[in-house]
Amino acid sequence: MAIRPPSGESKPMLDELDKRIINELQGGFPICDDPFALVARRFDIDEQMLISNIRRLLDLGILSRFGPMYHAERMGGGLTLCAMAVPDDRFEEVAQAVNQHAAVAHNYEREHELNMWFVLATEDASEIASVIAAIEAQTGCKIYNMPKIEEFYVGLHLAV
Amino acid sequence: MPATTSSSATSLSELDRRIVLATQAGLPLDPRPFHRVAHMIGASPELVGARLKAMLASGQIRRIGVVPNHYRLGYVANGMTVWDVPDRCVARYGERIGALDFVSHCYHRPRHRPVWPYNLFAMVHGENRTVVREKAAVIANMLGNDCTDHDVLFSKRILKKTGLRLGQPQTSSSRY
Repeated sequence: MAIRPPSGESKPMLDELDKRIINELQGGFPICDDPFALVARRFDIDEQMLISNIRRLLDLGILSRFGPMYHAERMGGGLTLCAMAVPDDRFEEVAQAVNQHAAVAHNYEREHELNMWFVLATEDASEIASVIAAIEAQTGCKIYNMPKIEEFYVGLHLAV
Repeated sequence: MPATTSSSATSLSELDRRIVLATQAGLPLDPRPFHRVAHMIGASPELVGARLKAMLASGQIRRIGVVPNHYRLGYVANGMTVWDVPDRCVARYGERIGALDFVSHCYHRPRHRPVWPYNLFAMVHGENRTVVREKAAVIANMLGNDCTDHDVLFSKRILKKTGLRLGQPQTSSSRY
């Protein structure tokens, strides 16, 4: 069922190389024949050490991904943020119904009258409306659709 | 430079689609990752490299690199801070708020009055709720009298998190 975020006490110990990977490799991974070797030289380590450290950070869940981050809308896809006010006694049932849709990429319970917030992502932008209609029909809850009007640039964050 | 929503989205070529499908879960941890991808989809490494560079240049790929997990790094509190500011100054404030180092996403979104009066969203991460509230106060200070109302919606539970995936039917049963 629900995944709870791990508590703070499991905060991992990171060494200098881990920190450099997290801080300096959030973008700019080179597209060339031997990209790990190229980055490893910059970090003053060998290629295998870089690869095995990225693998370890992924296995530990400290990194959730390594690779290209695609921009859904520029790929022709649909993306929107939706909110619903779900009655407390129906919350689990509605969560299950919403999550069953493959278009639901994330779903969060938040403390507000609008207590369920989910992101819809579809391969084709035109599919968003039908997914919203389907979820409303299935759950009987009104969806407040909040597609972004403008996205403001945010830098690469989470310095450790 | 603000990264505004593109209105010129094009549908994907078959080659690009295969590249996306092969890499959206991550790059192979192989000394020659792009050769591996090329092999997986039956294209030449040169072509895969050229398409990836083109998608980076067009903004279809935001960046290539690692994605840290906030929770595992100890940022266990996340608050969606939401603000009601006049539409005429939302872009100006959005850019300044997006530049704050504790904000991971910042968007102008539509209001739904009377239920939802807020049009500026900034996701704030911190070690605990007190820290998130302190950071929200920094934003409140920046907005001053231009903000008539705001709220911080803390996340209570992650109900689902799968990320964006192409190539799936839109209503399959899921693990959750």
